[in-house]
Amino acid sequence: MTSIITRRRFNFGAGAAAATLPLIGGQASAQAPLGVGFIYVGPVGDHGWTWTHDQGRKALEKEFGDKIKTSFIENVAEGPDAARAIRQLAQAGNRIIFTTSFGFMNPTIQVAKQFPKIHFEHATGYQRAENVATYNARFYEGRAVIGTIAGHMSKTGQAGYIASFPIPEVVMGINAFTLAARKVNPNFKTKVIWASTWYDPAKEADAAKALIDQGADMITQHTDSAAALQAAEQRGVFAFGQASDMKAFAPKAHLSAIVDDWSGYYIKRVKEVMDGSWKSGDVWGGIKDGFVKLAPYNDAVTPAARAAADEVQKGIVAGTLHPFTGELKDLKGEVRVKAGEKASDEVLSKMDWYVDGVQA
Amino acid sequence: MTSAILVSILMTLVAASTPILLAALGELVVEKSGVLNLGVEGMMLTGAVAGFAVAYSSGSTTLGLVAALAAGVATAMIFAVLTLSLTANQVATGLALTIFGIGASSLIGAGFVGRTITRLGPVFPEALAGHPILRAVFGHDIVVYLSLALVLAVSLFLRKTRPGLILRAVGENDASAHAIGYPVIAIRYGAIAFGGALAGLGGAYFSLALTPMWADRLTAGRGWIALALVVFAAWRPGRLLLGAYLFGAVMTLELQAKAAGITWLAPELLATAPYLATIAVLTMMSLGRKTGRLDAPACLGKPFSAS
Repeated sequence: MTSIITRRRFNFGAGAAAATLPLIGGQASAQAPLGVGFIYVGPVGDHGWTWTHDQGRKALEKEFGDKIKTSFIENVAEGPDAARAIRQLAQAGNRIIFTTSFGFMNPTIQVAKQFPKIHFEHATGYQRAENVATYNARFYEGRAVIGTIAGHMSKTGQAGYIASFPIPEVVMGINAFTLAARKVNPNFKTKVIWASTWYDPAKEADAAKALIDQGADMITQHTDSAAALQAAEQRGVFAFGQASDMKAFAPKAHLSAIVDDWSGYYIKRVKEVMDGSWKSGDVWGGIKDGFVKLAPYNDAVTPAARAAADEVQKGIVAGTLHPFTGELKDLKGEVRVKAGEKASDEVLSKMDWYVDGVQA
Repeated sequence: MTSAILVSILMTLVAASTPILLAALGELVVEKSGVLNLGVEGMMLTGAVAGFAVAYSSGSTTLGLVAALAAGVATAMIFAVLTLSLTANQVATGLALTIFGIGASSLIGAGFVGRTITRLGPVFPEALAGHPILRAVFGHDIVVYLSLALVLAVSLFLRKTRPGLILRAVGENDASAHAIGYPVIAIRYGAIAFGGALAGLGGAYFSLALTPMWADRLTAGRGWIALALVVFAAWRPGRLLLGAYLFGAVMTLELQAKAAGITWLAPELLATAPYLATIAVLTMMSLGRKTGRLDAPACLGKPFSAS
């Protein structure tokens, strides 16, 4: 396997004559473009989780031009196939490989052991190694912003939340959204439908309809298609996009969206590989770090809601506002975060309880 | 619960049932002719993508529906040629057809991801279709009424017409049918084409009516439910209609129950409700028969060669 890389390097070295730039990090010859690989769980498409990662890849190309060469494999199933796909990118001579789904964790660690000189970056995982770093985004910060908008704009005081699976990431989002909405309207309720799928457009649309039938006039989701937004548009209620700006699907209903933006992180990490300073680590970036952004507000968003949402964003960036500031009680009345305290990252990453106002 | 909500639930239920009903009805005719085509999901997907592509490019959902029918037939013909003319294994070919359909629809659809079209609208005028109560009857789109008419038509065709009788004879005993001069292969070609057309139409219902957009694997496994439904219905169109609506009801009520705050049931359990219902009905049906046999056509899945 390493022979391929060696042969490539040899060819580059011989073809490009003497290297004029200093050797970087004691590794590859300078004139070979740095290989950057990506493993995607879904198709790139033009919105959603995988699309946002691919936007990051495109940002890399824009930033580094022909100094790098990016490649990606899409639609990689989370399982035995993943290891094969990751190994393929490693054998192709990539120097850094981003594996962009939780289920790629074990395969990434496994392949990384075989390629100690290649840098691996696993999104949303918790296992690290010398050459495996992890990164994730604080989506809950964005959810606090849209929760604020929902609190201001909901007439019924009820939001519908289409959730995928009760993992901490999703529970965190439901709680952040509800807490923010209840700061505006203390009686606000979030009705949750567990769809038990990440992706089933017809079911997501039906879930949205059921929530609207039961009185919700704000729809938000933690599933992958834009179908719920279309249902909201059809029924004349408001909704929020997920992972990327989904305005095109529901021009009237779409108030804003939580937008994932990985570009900054990808550029930083590739730069570190270039100058040899790359180190394994764990990054959990939020609005402040540019990982999470909000799509432009719809014209329908009232000035009061707009101002309040901006205020929340500013507070989060300044560090004066943490969406999970105590006192927070779960539905049984047990205090989970003490008055005045901010929930630690550990509490957040294990969250399996709901705050008041959540009906799940 | 107000009547408006009940009507709304009913509308969702009908919409959720329609694509399954169409695909299952097509497969019922195919199986009645003695062929097992497991490629329903694949045919639905090619229908869904063709319907969307044409509707998006032409601006006409009617043209989209026609294209979906054609795409369904075209995909089904691949299966027909392989299994009927080349006597390939039907189970393997059907499974391959599904994989092919997923890949082909993904490829064709790549340029259409994220586009939207105008949803297939109700047939009747707004005064009826928009009425809070009357819309339960008049508020549906053309495909819903068409699917109901097709159930009746297929039922009458199979029970009351001579061609229907011949089709069943081919499915029950192909050798005898061949011996008395019926073109077994040609009849099965026709049945498979019909099955493909309906699967294509059912698939297009996703991309034109339920969620007017193209997204990969839009049908999310409904083709398999349609296949199960044929067995569930014991190859009877009337029971198929009942089964499809029961399935739609369980899927819709599951979501309504969650939205209404029925939290004492685990969401995972609710999500399995449609499948539990299938098992329950199948069990009841086999208990109700002394033989326990489910009336499958005798030649189902067996290859036939006229030599």
